[in-house]
Amino acid sequence: MIRAVGLTKSFGDFEAVKGIDLDVCRGEAFGFLGPNGAGKSSTMRMIAAVSPVSGGELTILGMDPAVDGPAIRGRLGVCPQEDTLDSELNVRDNLVVYARYFGIGRTDSRARADELLEFVNLTEKAKARVEDLSGGMKRRLTIARSLVSSPELLLLDEPTTGLDPQARHLLWDQLFRLKQQGVTLVITTHYMDEAEQLCDRLVVMDKGLIAAEGSPRDLIRRYSTREVAEVRFGVSDDDNPHEAYADQLADLGDRVEVLPDRLLVYAEDGDTVLEAVHTRGLRPVATLVRRSTLEDVFLRLTGRTLID
Amino acid sequence: MSTLAPTGQLSTTAALARLLPYWFTVARRTWRGSVVSSLLNPVFYVLAMGVLLGGYIDGDPERLDGATSYLAFIVPGLVAAHAMQTAVADTSWPVFSNFKWNKVYDSMVATPITVRQVAIAHLSFVALRVAATCAIFDLVIAFFGVFETWWGPFVALGAQALTGAAFATLMYGFACRIESDAAFGVVFRIGIFPLFLFSGAFFPVSNLGPVGERLAQLTPLWHGVNLSRMFSIDRIDWSLATLNLGVLVAVLAIGSWWAVTGLEKRLTT
Repeated sequence: MIRAVGLTKSFGDFEAVKGIDLDVCRGEAFGFLGPNGAGKSSTMRMIAAVSPVSGGELTILGMDPAVDGPAIRGRLGVCPQEDTLDSELNVRDNLVVYARYFGIGRTDSRARADELLEFVNLTEKAKARVEDLSGGMKRRLTIARSLVSSPELLLLDEPTTGLDPQARHLLWDQLFRLKQQGVTLVITTHYMDEAEQLCDRLVVMDKGLIAAEGSPRDLIRRYSTREVAEVRFGVSDDDNPHEAYADQLADLGDRVEVLPDRLLVYAEDGDTVLEAVHTRGLRPVATLVRRSTLEDVFLRLTGRTLID
Repeated sequence: MSTLAPTGQLSTTAALARLLPYWFTVARRTWRGSVVSSLLNPVFYVLAMGVLLGGYIDGDPERLDGATSYLAFIVPGLVAAHAMQTAVADTSWPVFSNFKWNKVYDSMVATPITVRQVAIAHLSFVALRVAATCAIFDLVIAFFGVFETWWGPFVALGAQALTGAAFATLMYGFACRIESDAAFGVVFRIGIFPLFLFSGAFFPVSNLGPVGERLAQLTPLWHGVNLSRMFSIDRIDWSLATLNLGVLVAVLAIGSWWAVTGLEKRLTT
């Protein structure tokens, strides 16, 4: 569906995407995981055939976006990072006019709008003004709008940013249903749980480059341990430097990460690590054992957390 | 040598058929706000300027570019100036907002529609709106006996709509090239308002003296005002009418290029 080789994007002297290779297959849910400014949205805009490629090769649905932009866009659904809904129109009209852009006739556009409102649970809000909707409802409407043309490929740029947990789960459910219907999903996110929930395969992006690629489980296995013991010793300062604890914990796991508020000990068995911590006479103020996540993968690959 | 159109690119007509339903939907949702200015303003203008102020002015055709009353002189020019004002109002903040704040244009270009087609569709809609506004104005003034011939209002309407369309393209291109909407305030104060006052709508430009008259005749609005007036009062100098028409068409052509390239620069990043 999407193939990129050495893809770059520059804005003047600034290089947002510095040469990435990608292959997205039909029917898969593919993710770009990375912090803000990693180059995810710039890549998405190139894939959406709205932003010209600066260098390298990009093929979408077998076509070149520089030559076949309209044909490509006709087969894509795009849910942009910022809502681009028309606040002067009501909820249903937003869908109807958008369907017309794809050449869908008036009667069919209305039927399609009603069907999609049902799909995203907004039928009751059909006549409401867009500005009266909650953030979650607006996102759902934007997703409904991206589906008016029954796209083969759906691009979702940070689909759940700014939503409360309940709204996020509702959206994930709807995206999961689309995936089951065979729609190829390409998602950017800086939420590791979203990437884990939705993506079959993902790339970790940082500073315009791909740091790693694989399935969430595969990445965790490759770049992290099964469990993580989180140990808190209060605030790190000159009198209580966390680095000193790191030296004492170093041999308890594969590696130790020092964060401003806690230390992470990566090991196969977190409980054993905590027992050893206590045996050594260390008295942490709080401890926690958890499974490794993509956040740990990102920390390992870049030395930074996803949300700084 | 011909250049190949991108695969799947729609003809301009097909793109208009897809985009105009949006503009008509917006118009249907917001017409209440504009109906007052479209209907009542013409009546107020005609009463205040044409009838009440005109009552103090001699209807001397020698001094009024051939008009037999001040009402007949001022009103056709006012409609052309009104066309300009409607056009620039519709292509300033509304255009800026569509890429800066509510991003309606961004949503349009994520579809098979191209940036160029988005600009053409919006401008076409503005031109239609200006024409409809002027038609209402002409209908009102027809009751005051301004038009000398039955066909006058129709040709005058064409001149007025052309004036509006030409100004719409200029303001559209400008809106696409500014970073802050504060620039509109400056253009309205030092551009549009003086044009409105001094382009021959309220008095013959010969009153401005030889230099002032030449300067006024360089403005596109004067050409629109003059054309609208000549057709309304049936005192047509065909060579001058051809010049007026030529200038307006040239401004429309250059302005269209300026508008389309402006939006392309703005949206293609």
